[in-house]
This record gives sequence, structure tokens and C-alpha cells, in this order.
Amino acid sequence: MKTLTVPISNQQELAALAAGDMVYLSGTLYTARDAAHKRLCALLDDGENLPMPLADQAVYYAGPCPAPPGYPIGSAGPTTSSRMDAYAPRLLSQGLRIMIGKGPRSARVMDTMRMYGAVYLAAIGGAGALMAHTVREAECIAFSDLGAEAIYRLRVEDMPLVVAIDLYGNNLYETGPERYRR
Amino acid sequence: MRTIHIDQIEQAVYDLCADACCRLGDDVSRLIEKALATEESPLARGILAKTVENARIAGETGMALCQDTGMVIVFLSLGQDAHIEGGDLYAAIQQGVRRSYRDHYFRKSILDPLTRENTGDNTPAVIHTEIVAGDRFTITVAPKGFGSENMSRLNMLKPSDGKRGAMDFIVETVAEAGGNPCPPLIVGVGIGGNMELCCLLAKKALLRQAGASHPDPAIAAMERDLLHKINALGIGPQGLGGTTTALAVHILTHPTHIAGLPVAVNIQCHVARHQSITL
Repeated sequence: MKTLTVPISNQQELAALAAGDMVYLSGTLYTARDAAHKRLCALLDDGENLPMPLADQAVYYAGPCPAPPGYPIGSAGPTTSSRMDAYAPRLLSQGLRIMIGKGPRSARVMDTMRMYGAVYLAAIGGAGALMAHTVREAECIAFSDLGAEAIYRLRVEDMPLVVAIDLYGNNLYETGPERYRR
Repeated sequence: MRTIHIDQIEQAVYDLCADACCRLGDDVSRLIEKALATEESPLARGILAKTVENARIAGETGMALCQDTGMVIVFLSLGQDAHIEGGDLYAAIQQGVRRSYRDHYFRKSILDPLTRENTGDNTPAVIHTEIVAGDRFTITVAPKGFGSENMSRLNMLKPSDGKRGAMDFIVETVAEAGGNPCPPLIVGVGIGGNMELCCLLAKKALLRQAGASHPDPAIAAMERDLLHKINALGIGPQGLGGTTTALAVHILTHPTHIAGLPVAVNIQCHVARHQSITL
């Protein structure tokens, strides 16, 4: 069983991941969807500071349900990553190393990932309760007016993910279906 | 004449929303268990097993199966001999949705299409009403996520495209959707009618018990054929490769015009949510 800790402290950990691996991720990550990405890019355009660090960090494309009493977060599965494709290269250029979401990425995102050495991990879409179960703490750190689309800092333990695009450009969204096509 | 009080209707919608968002139907669970036995990819089997675990956790904690608790679609089948008293029917349904989404900590995903300003309470729900014979009132609540809704398509085919053209369009729609709509899918298909009825047929097809065949043997055969072709695409659970791209294909047809062959495909993710009650 492969494990990964974020933020990345040992570059070898990313290098050891291959498309198709199941990996259990622990540590701190940040949620962001379309609206939050748009604001992050606007801040970068204006030369402002971002509300969170990006170097060696992981961003999770998710807009969770509100936290029910007794839980740090509500249902928290991934959203469709392609909606973030327009913004992702900008964040990658700031040192973002891990993107977590669901569904394929554009050629431009994949090229930028190779340039900066980033990986893309797939969370299981529709498994929101299971994902929420791995979240130990959640705190809204920016854009609270966006509600579910705000940026949350999450501390997670053993979040189950699949390596979809690795450091070497191997893309499971292509190779996986190719293998099982009849 | 039977009388149904509006409060009873509001409470029914409230309960159906909660039930649909937190409990995976036995029909879908059975199809996923079946897929676990036939899926060829070990990774895909691992993913399917995680979705089973997800349903268990949601059931135990009362947490939503998926954070996209969707846009609420309500189907009303109202007997013409039933009488509703105590207030406005549609207002009561919206109030049931509003209270349920607030009380159960579901995500509020509904907003103005242009300003993108959120309504804050997940209303309005989409309501489809049918007047039928009798004095019963059936309410079906089907929250629909937009990861899958966004991958749905309508095509006004030409009569010369025929059954084969319709089948090609359906398979192509699933192929183009790839991993985006969270496979394994239930594929709802409408064939015939006019533009808006065709889309409604595709949506209604999703309400059938998952995996149950169309009563017409020719259409049932078409459903089986389509399921086979779709699973041969290799897309697999979450689009990461495998032999389980769809769990079922459901078709509904309606007579159409001599000049047309409308075909609509409404894609449903594996969290296929719909609950009904008859009052």
C-alpha cells in the first residue's frame, strides 16, 4: 500500500508514484472549485498575496456539504476537474504539486504538469461520505462568501486516491480504457 | 373524493429528499454487487468496493452519499379525483425541499444562471406534474447532480438515421462523457416525441428500477445491446479503465413526427437517487 504525505517534503515520494497506483494520502490540503480558482488567479494578476501557500502543496477540487453536528465536514467527494483546467497552469507555475479531482485533464494542463513536476490524483466521485470520513479537521480560510465554493484547509488521514497522471506524463484516463476496450 | 392536506405533502417531500440523498437504492446496490463479480480490472473492483463502503458510511452517519446533493426534480402523479387542501401545492413542495436541505446539512447548489447568485436554500426544485385517473397522489423525488447532467445530450436525428443512428448517438454520448459523469452509469434514453418531451422521457427512464427491462421485447433487446456496446468502450468505473461503464440502459419511447427522430440521453452517475411515496 503506497502512502503520501502533504505538503511534499521528499521529492522521491512523487517520483515513486505510477499511474494506476492506489495511494493513501495524509496531511494538509486545500479545497478550491471554479469560483475560488478565478479569485486566486485574479489575486496573482494583481500581484497580491494568496490566502494559502502553493509551493509543494495539494489542492482538492471539492465543494463539501455543510458539517453536521459532531463532524468536521459534510459529504466531501471530488468535483469535475476539467472545469479548473483554465486556471490550473497558473497555480502549477506557483509550485502546486498535487491536484485532486475527478475526470480527465486538458493537454495544456498535462504539459504544464510535466514542466513543473506535478501529479494528478483521482478521488472517487460520488463517494462523498467515504471521503468525509478521512477528514479530521476542516477550517474555512478564505472567500467564506462563496459558501461551498470557499477555500477550506483540511487535515486528512488515509484519503484513498488513484494516481491518474504521474510525473512522467502517463495518463490512466487514456491507458486504462485502452486496455479494456473491446 | 379523497382529501390530502398540504402539510402531509410538504412532510413527504422533506422525508423523500433526506432518504434519497443518504440511502442508495437496493436496485443500484444489487447491480454494483453484480459488477464486483464480473469486473475484469482489479483497480476498478477496488473502486466499486469503495462505493459500497461509501453507501454503508452514508447509511450509518446520515451523511449525504455525494456532496452534490443536486437539483431536486419532483415528479407528481396526481389522481384527478384527489383534492388537495390547506394551501398552495407547489409552494408546499418548495418548502419541503428548503427545510430538508437546511435540516440535513445538504449542499445548496442552486443559483441564478447569469449572476451566479445562490438562492441559499436549494430551491426552486423542478416540478413535473401529470394528471392521471383515480384518487391517489404519487410523489417522486430525484435529486440530480450536475457532473452527470452536464454530459447529457439531445439530437434531432433524421428519420434516415434510423435505429442504428440512434444507437450510435447514444454510445457516442457515453464515450465522449468518459470519466466525467462518475461511471458506472445508468443511461436514460428518450426516443421520439418532440424536443422537450424527448428530454423528459430520458429523465423519466432513470426513475425505473435500475436494471429492469422495458416491457416491449424489441426495446428490451435494444437496451441489452446498448449496455453491451457501452461496456465494450472500456471506460470503466470513474473512467480509469474497466468493463463496467454502465450498470443499465433504460429506454422510453413516444410516437414522433414523420419528419423527425429525436433522441435524448440523460446520464446518471452511480449515485442514482430517487424515492417515491403514494399518498
